[in-house]
Amino acid sequence: MGRLVARRALHAVPVLLVVTFGVFAVAAASPFDPVKAYAGTAALGADQETLDRLRENLGVDRPFTARWWDWLTGAVTGDLGHSAVMRQPVAEVIGERLVWSTLLCAVAFTAAVLLGTLLGVLAARRPGSPTDRTVTSLAYTLEAAPVFWIALLAIWLFALKLDVLPAGGLTDTASEQVTAQQVLRHVLLPAGVLAVSQLPWFTLYVRQGVGDALAEDPVRGARARGLAERTVLLGHALRSGLLPVLTLIGSRVPELITGALLVETVFSWPGIAAATVTAATAVDFPLLAALTTLATAAVLAGNLLADLLYGLTDPRVKLSEM
Amino acid sequence: MTTRRARRTTRAALAAALAGALAACSAPGGGAADAGASADSVVIGVATEPDTLNPLLGYGKDGNSKIFDGLLARGADMRLKPALAKALPRITDGGRTYTYTLRDGVTFSDGEPLTADDVVYTYKTVLDDRTNNPAKSELDAIEDVRARGEHQVVFRLKYPYAAFAARTVLPIVPEHIAGRQNPNTGSFSTEPVGTGPYVLAGWSKGEKLTFKANPHYWGGEPEVKKLTVAIIADDDVRATRLRSGDLDGAVLPPNLAAGFRDDDGKKTYEATSYDVRVVTLPTANEVTGDRAIRRALDLAVDREAMVEKILDGAGRPAYGPLPLDDPFYAKGIDRPRDLERAKKILDRAGWKAGKDGIRAKDGRRAAFTLYYPAGDKVRQDHALAYASDAKQAGIDVTVESAGWEVIEPRMKHDAVLAGFGSTGDPDFGLYTMLHSSLAGDGFNNMARYDNPAVDKALETGRRSQDRADRKAAYDTLQRELVKDPGYTFLTHIDHLYVLADRWRDLTTQVEPHEHGFASGPWWNIEDWRPKK
Repeated sequence: MGRLVARRALHAVPVLLVVTFGVFAVAAASPFDPVKAYAGTAALGADQETLDRLRENLGVDRPFTARWWDWLTGAVTGDLGHSAVMRQPVAEVIGERLVWSTLLCAVAFTAAVLLGTLLGVLAARRPGSPTDRTVTSLAYTLEAAPVFWIALLAIWLFALKLDVLPAGGLTDTASEQVTAQQVLRHVLLPAGVLAVSQLPWFTLYVRQGVGDALAEDPVRGARARGLAERTVLLGHALRSGLLPVLTLIGSRVPELITGALLVETVFSWPGIAAATVTAATAVDFPLLAALTTLATAAVLAGNLLADLLYGLTDPRVKLSEM
Repeated sequence: MTTRRARRTTRAALAAALAGALAACSAPGGGAADAGASADSVVIGVATEPDTLNPLLGYGKDGNSKIFDGLLARGADMRLKPALAKALPRITDGGRTYTYTLRDGVTFSDGEPLTADDVVYTYKTVLDDRTNNPAKSELDAIEDVRARGEHQVVFRLKYPYAAFAARTVLPIVPEHIAGRQNPNTGSFSTEPVGTGPYVLAGWSKGEKLTFKANPHYWGGEPEVKKLTVAIIADDDVRATRLRSGDLDGAVLPPNLAAGFRDDDGKKTYEATSYDVRVVTLPTANEVTGDRAIRRALDLAVDREAMVEKILDGAGRPAYGPLPLDDPFYAKGIDRPRDLERAKKILDRAGWKAGKDGIRAKDGRRAAFTLYYPAGDKVRQDHALAYASDAKQAGIDVTVESAGWEVIEPRMKHDAVLAGFGSTGDPDFGLYTMLHSSLAGDGFNNMARYDNPAVDKALETGRRSQDRADRKAAYDTLQRELVKDPGYTFLTHIDHLYVLADRWRDLTTQVEPHEHGFASGPWWNIEDWRPKK
């Protein structure tokens, strides 16, 4: 297992190199003007001389390959550079925000996996039953609903109509300290929305997997031996039915990050998302590269996790052979 | 047996879910209600946050920066009054030398005294080409700034500049802190220290800024001890959080502000503004460059209908760049819509209506494209109304939306629905918008307007020290713009704010195009007094 992890980490190096290079290339080709993004609304009243001076000061006209090399050599030594648009060192931008994004994603992902499994098993137990039909159609509907729309709907319902949960922010706007209790209350709605947006995938996969497993020989065998229905369902069918879900965990990570981007924006959640959007539209190379590296690393880690789980749960798969 | 057990499981799950929901209901939803019933703490919601809190990079250049003070400041009536300077400047040398004497005993919030060197450092750094300040050109008139002793600062200008004093609301930063850093990348941008009524307590980017009263403020410690500014870009979410009590006040568009009209605990403030919506008519375009077309468009637009329908009454028709209540507004230039006269002007100039009702002259159709920045609902509505008014006069306007990166290269030939408006002095907005020497210079004079009479009036207005001369010059300018309207001025937009009614006698200033937490009824939050 250790060897697998090490090998994957080694594989990640060229992937990250290519990804950051690609980000610099795409950003250099984008129509957005970093100077205008830097100057903000002041740019819309600025004269040409000012814009030219900023362009030179910010060094945005240098070829992207040179900027990429500078960034890379800096990053290797631990200096991620300075974000022009945030007027902050990149490490500081990420340091301030990463923990909140991680919290949001972790809570949402856990909730989506647990709830998805529960609903999937309920649905698979008796295919075609009212429970199954309700769960399945609900899952398809949610799969089609855009996450920002769900977010606005959730705000309208829980914050405005019922007034039970805050509509945004990390803490109550007036509060000065970030207390666990406040964060807990404020994370419920955004994490809930994010979980709901991921939920249908897990539900449908589990339903399918468990449904198929129920028809397999080991399950029929277990039933024939007179084992209790619960043991059959949870001990046999779910266990083999969960295997495809493990693959899903790895492949849902990019979707989770995209979803988090939208959810964070709607809920004014002070995470990575707002910074990512700003960095992209402002063509802020250092920040953009760091955030992309981070996202790529998250996806690679997600895939690795899926593989490891596979090796642990499926006796047919040997980690040493991967 | 198995089914029964399964049913029981379901029931248990349902019960658990219900219990969870109930628990959520009983969770203290009241965080909302007790957010700020006291009058010494205020939470406001605005749409945008400052890029930086460093005045060297452009923060607070128009005043009301909370953390800092300028040499001068502006009152509710927009008149200049002394702030860090003891009095208004002494102007000598025919308007080319401005001398300020500093107020005694002013300290920065770290306890260090303010000196003339801090002022000189601030201006010199802003004027330094290496400093990334996008508004540097506003101080172009300065030739030299020097300290005379500890308490006097002398500005020497390149030319006599009547409006210069209004530029010295620029916030002053402490040299002993900011001077030790690179102004572009230093931490001063996020950890500012100033002389102002508030000190920054925290800044969670994209979420909120918190300020605490500065107990040693030279103007007396503010009664509002804590100010929280929440950044909420979405209008609906901001209104929602205001209604739930999470916010005490917010800036809102007219339709959402109307929802608070019957709320006894909240008051709506309507601030008039210089924020004008205008259509640029590029001189280089053969249709929009034609004076008959320009005049016809100017007469054909229904400004009052735009104010009523688009702005819900929260605005005023714009007959020129300056709003009706500006002291420099030229009386008598307001004019009603006159479609018949517009048609007559076009007929006389040889623009004859074709089969489709669109006029043409020498084989050229009276048609042009009007861009508006995508996503701006108010500008979109203005553009569509403008096109439909123009159509009635026989001019075909195609409305298109795009981002600025698409619009900018097209500004020379296509019309743009633009927004302008600087407060302080007519020179600030008008010179950059109308002077022919700045035609097409970045975003200055977007229509490339070129009118010698207007140029002359702008120069007189800029250089003359005599108020009557300046007034006469700006009168001429506004009348010239009626004769040759290279821009169609549509409306001046009011800014609406809803705020909990816990303080006495709040005011609003006449506001510029931009309005974040520096404008609104909280422009002078340091002077608020609670209601008894």
